[in-house]
Amino acid sequence: MSQPTAQREKRTAPTEAAAVPRPSRWAVLPLPVRHLVLAALGLAVVTGLLFVTGDLTALRIAAIGYTMLAIAGLQLLVGGSGQVSLGHGAFMMIGAYAMALLVLHQPMLPISANLGIIVVVSIVAGLAVGAATARLHGPYLAGATLILAVGLPGLAHRFHDLLGGSNGLNIRTAGVPPFLQGLVSTSEWRALVVWTTVVIGLAVLATISSGRLGRRMRAIRDDETAAAMAGVPVGKTKVVAFVIASTAGGLAGGLQAYVLGTVTPSSFTLVLSLTLLAALVMGGIGSLWGALWAAIAIVYLQIWATDLARAMDLSRDAENNLPIVFFGVVLILVLRFWPLGVHGALQSLRARLRARNS
Amino acid sequence: MSAEPLLSIQGLTAHYGPVRALDDVSLDVPARGLCAVLGANGAGKTTLLRTLTGLHRATSGRVLLEGEDITRLPTEKVITRGLAHVPEGGGVIVELTVEENLRLGSLWRSDRRDRTTFDQVLELFPPLAERRNKSASTLSGGERQMLAIGRALMARPKVLLLDEPSLGLAPLITERIFTLLRDLRDRTGLTVVLVEQNAAGALSITDHGFVLNQGRVAAEGPSDGLLADDRTRHAYLGF
Amino acid sequence: MTHFINLTLNGLASGAAYAALALSLVIIYQATRLVNFAQPALALVAVYAAYTITQLTGSYWIGFAAALIVGLVAGALVERVIIRPIAKTSQLNAIIVTLGLLLVIQGGVGMIWGNEQHGFSYAFSYVGRFSPADGFALAAVGAVALLLFLVYRFTPFGLRMRAAAFHPEAARLSGVKVGLMLTAGWGIASLIGALAGMLAGPPFISPNVFDVVFVFGITAAVVGGLDNPFGAVIGGLLIGLGMSYVSGYLGPELATLSALVIVVLVLSVRPDGILSRPTARKV
Repeated sequence: MSQPTAQREKRTAPTEAAAVPRPSRWAVLPLPVRHLVLAALGLAVVTGLLFVTGDLTALRIAAIGYTMLAIAGLQLLVGGSGQVSLGHGAFMMIGAYAMALLVLHQPMLPISANLGIIVVVSIVAGLAVGAATARLHGPYLAGATLILAVGLPGLAHRFHDLLGGSNGLNIRTAGVPPFLQGLVSTSEWRALVVWTTVVIGLAVLATISSGRLGRRMRAIRDDETAAAMAGVPVGKTKVVAFVIASTAGGLAGGLQAYVLGTVTPSSFTLVLSLTLLAALVMGGIGSLWGALWAAIAIVYLQIWATDLARAMDLSRDAENNLPIVFFGVVLILVLRFWPLGVHGALQSLRARLRARNS
Repeated sequence: MSAEPLLSIQGLTAHYGPVRALDDVSLDVPARGLCAVLGANGAGKTTLLRTLTGLHRATSGRVLLEGEDITRLPTEKVITRGLAHVPEGGGVIVELTVEENLRLGSLWRSDRRDRTTFDQVLELFPPLAERRNKSASTLSGGERQMLAIGRALMARPKVLLLDEPSLGLAPLITERIFTLLRDLRDRTGLTVVLVEQNAAGALSITDHGFVLNQGRVAAEGPSDGLLADDRTRHAYLGF
Repeated sequence: MTHFINLTLNGLASGAAYAALALSLVIIYQATRLVNFAQPALALVAVYAAYTITQLTGSYWIGFAAALIVGLVAGALVERVIIRPIAKTSQLNAIIVTLGLLLVIQGGVGMIWGNEQHGFSYAFSYVGRFSPADGFALAAVGAVALLLFLVYRFTPFGLRMRAAAFHPEAARLSGVKVGLMLTAGWGIASLIGALAGMLAGPPFISPNVFDVVFVFGITAAVVGGLDNPFGAVIGGLLIGLGMSYVSGYLGPELATLSALVIVVLVLSVRPDGILSRPTARKV
């Protein structure tokens, strides 16, 4: 019994000694600043990636960006306050249509203003839905949001003149600003706009979840009654969490419309909402890294499956359906063998490697 | 004490995660015995019963019922071998009626003697007879405990295991349940293992007692002896 | 007035299918606390199997029986092979896995039978105000609900099922094989789901045919109370009527969103559904 303990002490001692002075300087920075620094670092990494890859990859990187933002918002909701929403795609749709309408009807506004307006619109929509569903819990909330996800696209058909019916809306957004022309392509510029918004959004989400609101949400997730007795305003906190999540979703939808230049009701199906939630759990629910793995999974599993279908020379029906089947199979396998998702699996792998090295 | 114990526990060890909840526990219960298992909170009493009926897996050791090894059997098989377990709080299913709860206890039996057993149980617990078609959620705490014991008896067990039947009950009702257990043993020859925190009450009706402390058998002996032994009483039983 | 009566009758008939799907969701929810998102997918497999067999044999009723059998077997298999190992680790993961299953099965059906619609002829005429098909739908769901009630309430098997669902540990201590009951529950639920599929699918089937039916089914279950089979049936009929009126008077595009309004209204008065039992909060 005594020998392993001694070994463990020996192992941790040097790392601690080396690690203590470093985080202390980092730790004195206020949290929002720390998150902003990390956000800037993330943006730098993405920019570097954009320069070494081509135009096609730029679009994929942009897709990973807005998908990650949407999932990170969902993560705050599901992982934070424990509310399971199956209607996240609905908020993406609201953001996307808001972006399209703004570009079509107020073409003078810069993209930053559009994104700002989308934030306001999403907050209002989130407040409306969040307040209406505040009393629902568990599967009842899931059911209500599921209906939202299925029902909302119907609006595009009902208000055909404004929203364009099943053909949706097509928009043209401004390309590269003059001073950068020749330096970056349009796709790269769009990816940069997306990622700038995304990292700011992620920094805000990270700051919220490590602050008082985040603690309150986790208290509610763990035990609603106990949290209420400890003085946490349960209803208000749940609505706020819902609003934050919908804002992230709306912003993500706006960015998607900006990148793709088209908005149709058929891109916001139930499958999108379900995929977002499923990918979140697959990536790992406890950390923003999980949201990144989830976004990469959504974007790249689709691409790989399509390539695979082409390589296998399948029929058209098979080719169209392979991505969704592939995603489902990966999802089931990941959850079967890594209950904590990809992030959880990576963490335990790291812990095992560290244990072996020392 | 007869020669061949009905229920024999040999070197039973069980864990909850890294915690060793039972540590090499050995004890024998003779046929027609009425035994008390005593000890403080967390001494391993509940774990002992749960391990006996397979709700919790033993790490090592054996449980023999009439000489047959039942250690690794799934719970529903253990029950059919003749071990009945009334869990802490009774485990009454409040969504079912009183009669359905009772019938559930004998469902696995293929014989048609159910009717007589059923009548006997109702005779034993008049309050249950009065409310047999009412939902079990309408019963009081004492009546629920009666229903739980009644359901266990419906299986016509060889050994009845009870986990803290006195929990949350008024002293008078506890006394009635204890007396009933004793009568039951005297009349039908049922073997009873009674896990209790209420040591004084349990020792006053049982004939043999085991004291668990931190997962080990710390003391054992005839109940009146344990009751008279001041050292054991002060050290483990707290009265 | 005739318009209103027509809408009412149509609403009841489509409500029967929602009620059946809601019933299948409630059976599984009661036993495992899981909302089975794969339910419409299992129904899809059953209905496509029925389609193929009807094509081969020329008999609608052989296909109908095949659908029910396929539903039963598929539900039991899914529980044993996929759900059980995962439900042990985490509830949320098990729910997400049913989502994954939905994607796999829906895509798989598309790969095998194609994404385009197939005409699936029906045993009864479905034209007219209250068509024979409508009558069959109501009668079939009514019969199944009654049968289910009788089995659950009056047979030893039903008592075992209920005990296993309400209190698994007490059930095991009474000698009930809880694992077997779970598998049986999934099988029965999927059989009823397959029935819902056979009622709601034709005359045209495609891999997405049950998306909207599922949404209304889950709405019905939620409105009626996920814990209560009667609630599911009543909820299904209510949703059927509500959707029929909304489509008839306001336009079919708004039907789904009005389901949301119904859910929010009902649940803000009764957060656990119309027929929820007041249960003690476990702290």
